[in-house]
Amino acid sequence: MNDTHEVSDERYIFKPETRTKLFLLLGAGLVVFALGVYMAMNAGHGEHGAAEHASAAIDKNMVASLSAPAEAAAEGEHHGSAPWLKRVYTTLWMNNVFFAGIGLIGLFFIAIQYAAQAGWSAGVKRIPLAMGHWIPIAGVLMLVLWFVVKADVFHWTHADLYNAQSPDYDKIIDGKGGYFFWPMAKGSFPIFYVVRMVAFFGLWYMFFLWIKKEMLAEDLDGSNQHWLSARKYSTIFLVIFGYSSSVAAWDWVMSIDTHWFSTMMGWYVFASWWVTGLALITFIVALLKEGGYLKVVNANHLHDLGKFVFAFSIFWTYIWFSQFMLIFYANIPEETVYFVQRRTVSPYSWIFFANLFLNFVLPFLLLMMRDSKRHIGMLKVVCPIIIVGHWIDYYLMVTPGVMQGNGSLGLLEIGMGMIFLALFLLVTLSSLAKFPLVAKNDPMLKESLGHHI
Amino acid sequence: MASKENFLVGIFDNEEVLLHAVENIRDKGVKIKEVYSPFPVHGLDEALGYRRTRLPIAAFLFGMTGTITALSTQIWMLGFDWPMIIGGKNFFSIPPFIPVTFEFTVLLSAFGMVGTFLVVSDMKPYKWPRQYDIRSTDDKHVMAIDLGSNKIGKEDIRRILKDNGASEVNEKSF
Repeated sequence: MNDTHEVSDERYIFKPETRTKLFLLLGAGLVVFALGVYMAMNAGHGEHGAAEHASAAIDKNMVASLSAPAEAAAEGEHHGSAPWLKRVYTTLWMNNVFFAGIGLIGLFFIAIQYAAQAGWSAGVKRIPLAMGHWIPIAGVLMLVLWFVVKADVFHWTHADLYNAQSPDYDKIIDGKGGYFFWPMAKGSFPIFYVVRMVAFFGLWYMFFLWIKKEMLAEDLDGSNQHWLSARKYSTIFLVIFGYSSSVAAWDWVMSIDTHWFSTMMGWYVFASWWVTGLALITFIVALLKEGGYLKVVNANHLHDLGKFVFAFSIFWTYIWFSQFMLIFYANIPEETVYFVQRRTVSPYSWIFFANLFLNFVLPFLLLMMRDSKRHIGMLKVVCPIIIVGHWIDYYLMVTPGVMQGNGSLGLLEIGMGMIFLALFLLVTLSSLAKFPLVAKNDPMLKESLGHHI
Repeated sequence: MASKENFLVGIFDNEEVLLHAVENIRDKGVKIKEVYSPFPVHGLDEALGYRRTRLPIAAFLFGMTGTITALSTQIWMLGFDWPMIIGGKNFFSIPPFIPVTFEFTVLLSAFGMVGTFLVVSDMKPYKWPRQYDIRSTDDKHVMAIDLGSNKIGKEDIRRILKDNGASEVNEKSF
């Protein structure tokens, strides 16, 4: 406990080498993405036709009892953009939702620590704080992207679905129309939807700024009042987050499969975000620790972070299974279509099982032992597995609903993932360098230094 | 009835004194049987030189037993011995078996862990716990030293205990 003075003014230095590496990752991502786009553009129509066939076959088998005419009409009429462009839109949307969530989890993690009055985490709270700087960027991207991708990604934006005279009229989507278009006419501008998006990001960013302000002010004057104010903001934020994260999941992810619905989806999207965010926090802490930073963090803190990652990998699996199990048992066609699309169609079936393997089996077995949670080496292996695994999880949530049988997980998607990852880390690390790495006046720091498990 | 076991019981008022005493007494070559304290003392396990508990390994093995038992039972019963149509599913389909498997895994590992813990900490049924000094449940730390397993004489140990801050040293036989 007497090393408090030694660590008090520790700062993270965003070295030019690290920046160069991230720019290299960004450049490599751009190259891979461009290559992927080129390949997709020249893929030819043979493949396209075959895939069309496959999706038609699913329609016949599975959606027979569903409003098949509407579905078929939708396929026929709204061809939309070329398949390669649709793929670009899909992967843009999917990556942005994924990384927006990770940034948001940074704030959520801090809020949880304050609300629970947790002591152990006092030394690591600056890393999620840095991750939270992605929230405003994600918000702007989300809003801009939405207007770009809406016609291809969001089937429900097409006006004739709500016109009873149109051959494309869809009774089911018409019934859900109010959720998007209220108070305006269905099929016009989805004002309710866009307002929700803006309001959520606005609220999240506002609370992020408030909590950040208190955390940094505490460094200067050392008053405990800042900690109490941060706790107050955190508890209010958590209540708001509880609702908004669920609604965001319906809006941004579930509404892509407009006919389909699942009451587990809000939890599912949150669980996936949460475990990814925890894995990234742990990964960054492990790397910083290895780089000689964070003297206040020892194996006990890594152990706690490792337990978090381990526990919420299992939590995600629990949510996954709860959703799957109910749909599997009830066997209602309009629900099962979601899993049939993902498990039996060729580009997705291996991803379906890879998802469970990467996000449950590997973390479960690798992090089970106490020692593996306390060792940086093991955390550095498992956390990237989880981050990639949940990136695939989001791919699987978003893509089949847009691309049907035409989807694939290739260079185009991987390149876009690399671009987003590089940008996210650039923002996170450059923000992390702007404030002290350790909150020297945090009233919980003493408890954290003596943390022993 | 077996022959009596004789113990020397050191009483300590303070956990800081206790921790140093444990280290010093072990350095002198005295074997400590057990230390009882009214609250968890951080660092006491290390000072006493205890190996880390292997309870998690037991838990894993019990859990695996539960997993294998539950899965194989359900597969055999519902798949081969007495196939039943439930919800139009296949006789042999994994998803419906998972909840039972999960619960049985948790049940066996939890019960197994509790049972293992009771056995290894000498709290078997019909075994009356040894009370070296009743004050270990209130405000004193109690160190029990088995005279039978120590080569150092009783009076020497008594002196070592006193030197290291024991407020009193008593004898106890069971």
